Amino acid sequence: MGKTIAEKILSNHAERDLKAGDLAICKVDFCFGQDGTSGLIIDSFSELKNSKVAEKDNFCMVIDHSAPSPNERVSEIHNKMRSFAQKHKINMYDIGCGVCHQVIPEGGHVTCGDLIVGADSHTCTYGALNAFSTGMGSTDLSIIVASGKTWFKVPETVKMMIDGELAKGVYSKDIILHITGDVKSDGCTYKAIEFSGETIKNLSMDARFTISNMAIEVGAKAGIMGADEKTFDWLEKHCRKPCKPVRSDDDAIYSQIKVYDASKIVPMVAKPHTVDNTATVEEVSGLKINQGYIGTCTNGRLEDLRIAVSILKNKKVHPDVRFLVAPASNNIYLEALAEGLISCLIESGATILPPGCGPCVGTHQGVPSDGEVVISTANRNFKGRMGNPKAFIYLASPATVAVSVINGKITDPRGYVK
Amino acid sequence: MRLKSRAIRLKQDNDVNTDYIISGRYKFQIQDPKELAKYVFNDLEPDFLKRTGGRSIIIAGSNFGCGSSREQAPLALKYAGIKAIIAKSFARIFYRNAFNLGIILIEAETDDIADMDELELDLDAGTLKNTTKDFEVKFNPLPEFMEEVIRDGSIVKYFNKHGGFQF
Repeated sequence: MGKTIAEKILSNHAERDLKAGDLAICKVDFCFGQDGTSGLIIDSFSELKNSKVAEKDNFCMVIDHSAPSPNERVSEIHNKMRSFAQKHKINMYDIGCGVCHQVIPEGGHVTCGDLIVGADSHTCTYGALNAFSTGMGSTDLSIIVASGKTWFKVPETVKMMIDGELAKGVYSKDIILHITGDVKSDGCTYKAIEFSGETIKNLSMDARFTISNMAIEVGAKAGIMGADEKTFDWLEKHCRKPCKPVRSDDDAIYSQIKVYDASKIVPMVAKPHTVDNTATVEEVSGLKINQGYIGTCTNGRLEDLRIAVSILKNKKVHPDVRFLVAPASNNIYLEALAEGLISCLIESGATILPPGCGPCVGTHQGVPSDGEVVISTANRNFKGRMGNPKAFIYLASPATVAVSVINGKITDPRGYVK
Repeated sequence: MRLKSRAIRLKQDNDVNTDYIISGRYKFQIQDPKELAKYVFNDLEPDFLKRTGGRSIIIAGSNFGCGSSREQAPLALKYAGIKAIIAKSFARIFYRNAFNLGIILIEAETDDIADMDELELDLDAGTLKNTTKDFEVKFNPLPEFMEEVIRDGSIVKYFNKHGGFQF
């Protein structure tokens, strides 16, 4: 009987033949925590009997969610992480390195066929690199740090086939927002997704990461893509681990097959206060905004900044709008500087934030005021997400955000993109 | 294992995410779980603790605990006195996190259970009795490994006792 990518990768890491529904102990290739979850990882680790770090090269911590620290309480968490890293000789990506989901693949910790667990729900991002990559909580992480292993229930897989050419002004963010609106926030709970089709093949790696990143927004355990030349080229630049590409069998069993025609997808938004509350940009066009944000593990990559600059070049941000930009990593920041993107953004009126999560999680930097409307490239718009439960967050592509901050209102980017 | 409590029905039934259970701005400010518990459901219903104090079973609709992987969410619930959550379905990261901390999670039909209904949960029999409305819901027993974790009190205690996973 054929197997899905998820069944194959989990079988390889359990060293036995697994199919959907099986419970298994699997060896984890790499795991990590960030500053919102590592404090509890350290607490839980210290409660384990004879706890030692199983493989110090297979664990790291990233300070990205609230970085640099806005107050003494966050500083205390950050220093707890630094002391632990020093004591156990753990790799640490401190403030300014960037968002974990950019820093970890850039740092060469992920390759095709890997099994990755992160104490962050958007760990599904590295599915774009043909890895089984999933988020767990801090206690699960502490046990992986100590034992190198964890338990899995092998998920069924939903295959999503996306074919057709995207129209100008429509991007991978619009595809995943369209899918989220279609299958809803619990549509793939307990399941893995395999994204496939010509549209995915034609996307850059930056654009593919955006799609896998949001697999969790429909409840999925993982959002995996096949490996191709683009994957190998990207890995060649960033990763030295031996690459073990995994493809699904032709007779693999899927719990569901969904087919999407990308040529019919239009620019999308997620309206407050859930990610699956989607609408076309056209439907909400004209709504006044107070703040725009381009960044995060969803859309803070070089291609996103290039798209923003192609729209904002020689234009000014609307005087009533605050426009924030956070490159997803310091490498991206440097490349954007070298390409002249950052100066273009600043000239247009943007405020550049340090690489990291920025205002996405509402712990610092750019908390909206009561009743304010924010348009953001992030992946969540829950009430209170950006630090104020009385604000309204719309999620969109970098192009939609860029056009909207110029006009001071939500605007369809088609017609602005050459 | 048995548990008796009046039901807590949240003001929002489906898709209660972990940001709503404990907001990101509190999880970075507060490390003491007892203190954290004071802010549980703060953005969703600020009077939650006042309204539900002393009750230990939450009844929810589908996709409870979706979103962020923050373990502060089940931790805050645990320290707010929540011992069991009965929902039509759970988001998977929350399910693991809550279970690891020893919170009982049951997937069952919940439409007919109202706020303040008197409930009796019997894990061994796989039954939930609603004594206010006089009916019983049956649910599938947990896999043996998971039941043992609940009996030991948490995954950490289980791990320390067995020196690893036993299955």
